[in-house]
Amino acid sequence: MTREGNQHDEISYLRVQGRYRGIFAWIFSTDHKRIGLLYLYSIMTFFLVGATLGLLMKLELIAPGKTVMEAQTYNGFFTFHGVIMIFLIIIPGLPATFGNFLLPIMIGAKDVAFPRLNLLSWWIYVFGALLALSSQFMGDGPPDTGWTFYAPYSFKTTTNMLPAVMGAFVLGFSSILTGLNFIVTIHRMRAPGMTWLKMPLFPWTLYGTGWIQLLATPVVGITLLMVAAERILNIGFFDPSMGGDPILYQHLFWIYSHPAVYIMILPAMGAISEIIPTFARKSIFGYRAIVLSTLAIAFVGYFVWGHHMFTSGMSGTALYTFSILTFFVAIPSAIKVFNWVSTMHAGSIHAEPPFYWAASFIFVFMIGGLTGLVLGSLATNVHVHDTQFVVAHFHYVMFGGVGFAFMAAIHYWFPKIYGRMYDKGMAKTGWLIFFIGFNTLYLPMFYLGIRGMPRRYFDYLEEFHGPNIISTIGAVVLIAGLFMILSNLIVSARKGEKASGNPWKGNTLEWKIPSPPPPENFEETPVITRGPYDFN
Amino acid sequence: MYSSTGIDASNFVSGVDTAFMVILGIAFFFLISITATMIYFIIRYNKKRNPIAKQIKGSTKLEIIWTIIPTILVMVMFYFGWAGWRPMQNPPENALEIETTARMWSFNFKYPNGRITDTLYVPQDQPVKLNLFSLDVIHSLYIPAFRVKQDMVPGKENQFMWFTPRSLGDYDLFCAEYCGLQHSYMYSGVRVLPREEFDKWYSDTSRVVSTAGAAPEMKGLQILRINGCNACHSTDGSKLLGPSYRGSFGATRIVETDGEKREIIVDEEYIRRSIYEPNSDIVEGYSSGLMLSYKDLISEEEIEDIILYIKSLND
Repeated sequence: MTREGNQHDEISYLRVQGRYRGIFAWIFSTDHKRIGLLYLYSIMTFFLVGATLGLLMKLELIAPGKTVMEAQTYNGFFTFHGVIMIFLIIIPGLPATFGNFLLPIMIGAKDVAFPRLNLLSWWIYVFGALLALSSQFMGDGPPDTGWTFYAPYSFKTTTNMLPAVMGAFVLGFSSILTGLNFIVTIHRMRAPGMTWLKMPLFPWTLYGTGWIQLLATPVVGITLLMVAAERILNIGFFDPSMGGDPILYQHLFWIYSHPAVYIMILPAMGAISEIIPTFARKSIFGYRAIVLSTLAIAFVGYFVWGHHMFTSGMSGTALYTFSILTFFVAIPSAIKVFNWVSTMHAGSIHAEPPFYWAASFIFVFMIGGLTGLVLGSLATNVHVHDTQFVVAHFHYVMFGGVGFAFMAAIHYWFPKIYGRMYDKGMAKTGWLIFFIGFNTLYLPMFYLGIRGMPRRYFDYLEEFHGPNIISTIGAVVLIAGLFMILSNLIVSARKGEKASGNPWKGNTLEWKIPSPPPPENFEETPVITRGPYDFN
Repeated sequence: MYSSTGIDASNFVSGVDTAFMVILGIAFFFLISITATMIYFIIRYNKKRNPIAKQIKGSTKLEIIWTIIPTILVMVMFYFGWAGWRPMQNPPENALEIETTARMWSFNFKYPNGRITDTLYVPQDQPVKLNLFSLDVIHSLYIPAFRVKQDMVPGKENQFMWFTPRSLGDYDLFCAEYCGLQHSYMYSGVRVLPREEFDKWYSDTSRVVSTAGAAPEMKGLQILRINGCNACHSTDGSKLLGPSYRGSFGATRIVETDGEKREIIVDEEYIRRSIYEPNSDIVEGYSSGLMLSYKDLISEEEIEDIILYIKSLND
């Protein structure tokens, strides 16, 4: 099966000539690898928009009072920033890009179970994204509700909220179909000999995520339709003046949106579980424990949504039930961290760029997770709910967790995807700048939240000034690091040194085929006899 | 945890801060010890020092240990969180009840004797229960120094928060739930007074207190302030969500009535209608549906005072 020697003689998926030419050879391709890259490029484009909005908001907050924009613009920016980052980037994030590219290869298949459905998912994604974007340019101004679209404000505002809501609704279908596709692929298409417990951990997390996408996304779909119906037809699901209940909206919204956090974080954990063993040249520690904790997170994650609503006036019984369930979801996350760190023990650690990202992922994810305990606990939640503390917490989990894992994944699988290697020195420098910027940006916000500065604040009292300045400086540093990282990758994708089939000496199936992979991945279907992390 | 003006600003501070200490203590311990262990492993088991990895696939004993320990710790953390929060649910019978109303973008506080203020005055060491109402969208009343926060959901009955202020002083009071354009300006303050001082302040039962020696039209300004009107209507001619008062009296305006444009002159009758039926005539360039009727909040007499004040702005 090893063809590392003659790999560049093969026609790779990047160059193969299909039915269409030029850009059509990509946007009509049913090859899971090309679809993975379509998502990658779409997501990176939107990410730059979202990050720019984030930077502009931080510049606005560098001093009290108006600095660079009006309050209405600011409110539109944090709404759009949230919608882009959540619905267009982190939810599809790792599953749609690396999941698409790698899932079939890692389980020894030629493609996903439904390649055309897979392409349709991307098209639905693009359509949903354009619909969401259109809200910015049509009608009575960009929506200003926050990405949560809380009722009743969301239908009292005069801004153009419907396209954003419908965009999120359409994007949900893309997510559902991708989840369905992955579940079927994993059930039906594993290579001979790949029993469930011989499957690598990244596919395992995609499996957990697939079920959440399939089961939880329809709830938000219905909810968003109800908001649309409320706005257009004045039905009164949520409007108290028509007998509706605003709290009902919050329940429906978070029943999806909390499990969605696990849609985002599980594949990130999966990528980390691939990267650490490869660079430690050592079997992952506690494979079964990691699989079980993945399933436990996916399952318990359904029952914790109420912790977003501790101050909404729910009954006391509901509150402490949600609190204790939230604490329980911390246990499987902790188990994963212990196993990752133990994997490093007695390894032979090759400190390459993906390993830097993976190790720093553990650090920032721990901060995100541990501050989550503050939010899961009733007494402390009441104080820091809806403050900057929450913003810092979820940026540590989402941007720190998912973002760092995404960076780890792109630096890890880059040579496989493009058959070329990036400048490792520049990658490490970029990482360092990004890491420093990231912590400088978000750490002060924990402090601000504990001091009592609410979130979604265009302006603030003088007593909150100092930490806001530090935070803005961090944002600028982070963007500088981001530019360095991205320019390195973009240039190297075309001009980098050629990479071998297995530059990191990884052990999973994707490292046993050429880089970049041939169109159908495997010349002959591999037969699996060993576990994914058996290094000797 | 943190307190700007006193260690025990309210009766909840110690319970909440104990929970903070326990959770953050455990969090710091794990963050530092795991990070240190990781860095030690990265250095100790670097490829140069340790060229050949030792293949260890796991340890059931360790997995059990590091499942049980976090399970115990989360139960402990849950307990402290619960213990600090539970008293917030049970207001004492003898609490001073204050009707607290939020709207975009102001709070007001109505005392049992009818007195209304935009700043919350409370006596030291007296349990206070705020009965919470919202007139439009969801707001959330947040007093960081007291460690209390409660959403104010429109149409919802029996919403309250309570606390006993312990230390004299002024504290911030914010709206914590995003509620639109002026959300970050929707804040007020709590003033904790000694009992006698509070009683003196409280015994003044006239609803609106004229500032000593001020001109009579200033009474109108106070009514506007108490009702939060200035969040959307400026006194200096600048355009906010609604038209400014300055220069408006006697001015000619284009308004939209039932979808038709017509020209009117701003007079006493127009001002009265704008307060009681705010959406019937919308001045060109402004949106309808943002303002609610103040029929039950502002009396006919008070409107007279407001008109007097608006007239005074023309000079």
